[in-house]
Amino acid sequence: MKKRIISLVLAIALVFAMSACTGSKPQSDPQVTPGEAAEGGEITVGLYNDLDASLDPHMSSSSAATREILFNIFEGLVKPDSKGNLVPAIASSYTVNDTADVYTFKLREGVKFHDGREVTANDVVWSLSRAAGLLGGDTLVADVAHIASVESVDGDIVVTLSKPDTEFLAHATVAIIPEGHDPLSSVIGTGPYKFVSRVVQDNIVLEKNADYWGEPAHLDKVTLKIIEDPETLVMSLRSGALDMAVRLDASQIGTLDNMNILEGSSNIVQALYLNNAVKPFDDVRVRQALCYAIDKHMVIDLASDGHGTLLGSSMFPAFGKYFMPELTDYYEPSVEKAKELLAQAGYPNGFEFSIMVPASMQSHVDVAQVIVELLRPVGITAKIDQVEWATWYSDAYQGRKFEATVIGMDAHGVAASDLLARFVSTSPKNFINFNSPAYDAAYAAATSTTDDAEQTKYFKECETILTEEAANVYIQDGASFVAMAKDLGGFEFYPLYVLDLSKIYKTK
Amino acid sequence: MSYVLKKTGVLLISLVLISLLTFLAFQVIPGDPTTKILGTDYTPERAEALREQLGLKGNIFVRYFQWLRGLLHGEPGISYSYFMPVKDVMAGKMQVTAILSILSWLLVMLFSIPLGIILARFQGSHLERTGIVVNQVFMAVPPFFLGILFTYLFGLLLRWFTPGSYVSYADDPAKALAYMLFPALAISIPKAAKTAKLLRSSILSEMNKDYVRTAYSRGNSRWAVLRDHVLRNAMLPVITYLAMSLADTVAGSIIVEQVFALPGLGRLLLSSIGNRDFPVAQCIVVIIAFIVVFMNYLADIVTQYIDPRVRLS
Repeated sequence: MKKRIISLVLAIALVFAMSACTGSKPQSDPQVTPGEAAEGGEITVGLYNDLDASLDPHMSSSSAATREILFNIFEGLVKPDSKGNLVPAIASSYTVNDTADVYTFKLREGVKFHDGREVTANDVVWSLSRAAGLLGGDTLVADVAHIASVESVDGDIVVTLSKPDTEFLAHATVAIIPEGHDPLSSVIGTGPYKFVSRVVQDNIVLEKNADYWGEPAHLDKVTLKIIEDPETLVMSLRSGALDMAVRLDASQIGTLDNMNILEGSSNIVQALYLNNAVKPFDDVRVRQALCYAIDKHMVIDLASDGHGTLLGSSMFPAFGKYFMPELTDYYEPSVEKAKELLAQAGYPNGFEFSIMVPASMQSHVDVAQVIVELLRPVGITAKIDQVEWATWYSDAYQGRKFEATVIGMDAHGVAASDLLARFVSTSPKNFINFNSPAYDAAYAAATSTTDDAEQTKYFKECETILTEEAANVYIQDGASFVAMAKDLGGFEFYPLYVLDLSKIYKTK
Repeated sequence: MSYVLKKTGVLLISLVLISLLTFLAFQVIPGDPTTKILGTDYTPERAEALREQLGLKGNIFVRYFQWLRGLLHGEPGISYSYFMPVKDVMAGKMQVTAILSILSWLLVMLFSIPLGIILARFQGSHLERTGIVVNQVFMAVPPFFLGILFTYLFGLLLRWFTPGSYVSYADDPAKALAYMLFPALAISIPKAAKTAKLLRSSILSEMNKDYVRTAYSRGNSRWAVLRDHVLRNAMLPVITYLAMSLADTVAGSIIVEQVFALPGLGRLLLSSIGNRDFPVAQCIVVIIAFIVVFMNYLADIVTQYIDPRVRLS
């Protein structure tokens, strides 16, 4: 207790010391349009997390933070652009047959690997086969596990799927690497940046790929500097040691008046995820009561300074036509309704449960704290159980040993299934144990049809079921801020967890 | 001689116990390294195969001895999260922490010894009273807080250094040292304050002894008595303390490295525990524990070398 008081006093003293020195400054105008692009130059970008040990682009276990950087080094047959469209990359064009189980890609000419060798059909066949596990090993990329065969026919790549998949293109982003190459021995892709060097937990250096087939990168060199401590990262931005950092939250940008601040969204579904298999959350009325009790407007006002996009289901606005804004306010906040539902479910006096949150993820911890307060008036006592990330991952996500957790789910590709597949009752990723035959049927219907309108309709049905059944208490797609030195421009937000360095330039 | 032998024996036993406890601690800590490595590809079968591959199966004591043997041969295993030998992961980090600790330790001596002597010399004066209050304040401030303060004050306001711009010692030694001066200050100031306080009270208690009165009666000045007679005796507990504080500065750098974005052992230790990268974490804990125990051992030996009375007691 004594220790706590001391650290509290220190924290308060620090806050005063800081605010006395800086005062509160108004935000600089967001979304500034900077000047013209100059070619060349180098910048240092701050990262919160070191990249994974393995920079093998086919390792789907890689973290989002790693994938986001590898995006600059590796490319697939197609790649996503900042609008969420899939544009041809190593393939110059493609065709799909009527039953959506055979995709034919035409290879772009003159695409070179970073070691100078030209990309051939064999490289593509080998890379896709490796990812799909057709070379005898494990399936490395689960999203392409349904590839039955990959062949080179007259220089074209013919991919045959074991079942129809109209969304396959979203996963044809699987990186193409040289045939027979071991990605652990060296990092060779075709992207706008080449990998140069890496010092564990310190930095990663990328260099412009001058032979890039498309529009080459503007900057000559990018150093990614790993700074795990969020305060230190902000200090380094203020001091000018860093030129740029992404995925900052509202609390971090306040003092960065030497930088341009851009606001986007983090493309995650942040929610109070409920374990649908444990009492009392196995009762839909209890889950709905929670939805009524938790006023998400209040949550984002208190936990994220009002920044963020409210969500009502497992879908965020960046996915365009799949997003259903009408679900956002499906549950009108009401303490009375919540109490009524709880009484019906047999909990007139509420109950107790714990919310497991990874302690290192401040934005989730903050949201959990507000939720605890919002549940108090309806008689529910929630307590927060802060755990380490590794513990969260093994206990909550894999072991499904939790009652509730606040976390954000992101999408690997730009396909609706990336966000919705996990709620199929048999999905290995269904960590909340959601079990709805109606949902399973709708999802199956969505993935088996080849008609786009019909598919969208079924996916929307899935989203509606998640909302109606109150699978989780959906909160928001958190705001994400980018800080950039005033002489930098060209940043683009993606609907995916991606940091595109090739577009960034120094202004003249 | 038997004293040294006895202390060496205690040292060896401590080291074995430390290595055993460290090893056991990482066996019982919750969270499974295989889930972390496999990520979304986790299946019980793959985890089982991986456990086999990582040598996580089998009798715990057999594994302990295997690990210990590797450690003694300078092969502390393979990092789970970087798939490379632990010593390669640690190579550059060790240097950063070593330089930072030694620099901090030198600063501790540089500040504390003159300060302790001055406080004792001017006992009863206003200078001493003010000095003690200031000293007390510095003793109470944790290094991480000083670190944040320094980054703000010297880094952002005065611009004496650029926070977050550390360049490796191998690339530019002068720049690296200049940068490390600030974290070293943050680590050393509280430690120096404690050492100065200890030295002051040690001097003052010596001052009341008979030999001091004799020295005065021979007509020596206060400075001369201090320098020639008192200091030699008063330094004894301080030397022990200083030796132990080298170990403390190593531990102190763990937190301060985070504040100053220094790529040292401290950051590696924290992240390796978070990632369940046990081979790396174990190795760092053993190294730090070794430094602590070894510095205590050295302190004992040095003290008895300077002061033969210790051997008798």
